[in-house]
Amino acid sequence: MKKETAKTLRAFLIELVIYAVLVVGYFFLVLHFLGEWLHHLETRHRYTYGGVAILLIIGQAVVLENVTTLLLRLLRGRSE
Amino acid sequence: MFFPISGAHISPIYLAVIGFFIGILGGFFGVGGSFIAGPALRAVGLDWNFAVGTDLAHIVGKSVVAAKRHRALGNVDLKLGLIMAFGTIGGAEVGAQLIQMLKRAGNVNLVVSVVSIAVYLSISTFMIWESRKTLSQTRLPSGTVKGAKAKHDPSAFKHVTSGIQRLRIPPMITLPASGVTISLWIILLVAFVGGLFSGFLGGGAGYIRMPSMVYVLGIPTHLAVGTDLFEIIISASYGTFSHAIKGNVDILIALVMHTGAALGAQIGAISTQYFAGPKIRLAFVPLPLIGAVIVIYTLMTGHKL
Repeated sequence: MKKETAKTLRAFLIELVIYAVLVVGYFFLVLHFLGEWLHHLETRHRYTYGGVAILLIIGQAVVLENVTTLLLRLLRGRSE
Repeated sequence: MFFPISGAHISPIYLAVIGFFIGILGGFFGVGGSFIAGPALRAVGLDWNFAVGTDLAHIVGKSVVAAKRHRALGNVDLKLGLIMAFGTIGGAEVGAQLIQMLKRAGNVNLVVSVVSIAVYLSISTFMIWESRKTLSQTRLPSGTVKGAKAKHDPSAFKHVTSGIQRLRIPPMITLPASGVTISLWIILLVAFVGGLFSGFLGGGAGYIRMPSMVYVLGIPTHLAVGTDLFEIIISASYGTFSHAIKGNVDILIALVMHTGAALGAQIGAISTQYFAGPKIRLAFVPLPLIGAVIVIYTLMTGHKL
């Protein structure tokens, strides 16, 4: 039981590090490329901005859920 | 880091860490976590209107991740979630109108504060009584349990719930995923009340909806958590759009916050497999209490957290 917990914890920590690197890269991409455009939409086209905001957050949720699931599967598979 | 939409300077690490902790709460209890996210965003200088709207946007993303994970675990009743979304949206609109009426009367802060303290304390008191009584009457497997055993969901309030389920007000709705047959009007009423508090007190009102689903509708706790998250996707999306067109959403902040929340929500959702229903309900008790403490602090100091 303890061995399994240690394995899970190690897999989780590795996942956290890989995830953090991916997320930092993503921050710069999103904020650099989308920041100005979203700001423009927010000030000029509020209805479009509302729709784009929902699509962006749902899209990011689906992508990140898949990334974390994949990472977890890869790391669990390797540690077993 | 500068966020041009709200004009705020906030550390992205701070946002991701806050998102992570709220994500764990959301995945485990099926709540939005506005009572923590709102004050956390205000604490770094974000205007109140942006804190409310941005938090709603981040709740949408977090709920997608947690609900997807709960669905994989068999904890989402899609039919129930879709029906409840209608009631919640209707209730939220009425709650928002009530706020406008109180604003015109000039006593909005006091009324909202007193109502919210009473609601939060009532929920906590009731849930601590019920879950402790259930735990003392039932023999649950000791230690951590996983899968179907953990979903065994006794309740000391079951006799009242069964009475509500026996009310034959047509149309009756059968929910195979939850194993419940109940009047459509009762489902809509529960959702409407949740939405009403959401519009009246702010946030997603998961602290009312999740317990209501368990105690009034008789939905097993794990399914109530998963279904509430699914329902929140729809109602919070509506709220996000509504706030976005009023200029209250900084989607860039929500996206950064959500990077932490996505991970936390997965951990929270997976963790529910290891706890039986009454234990999840007992662990839920501090959440409304934290909400009550924040409101009492605001009333006493005049500083809105």
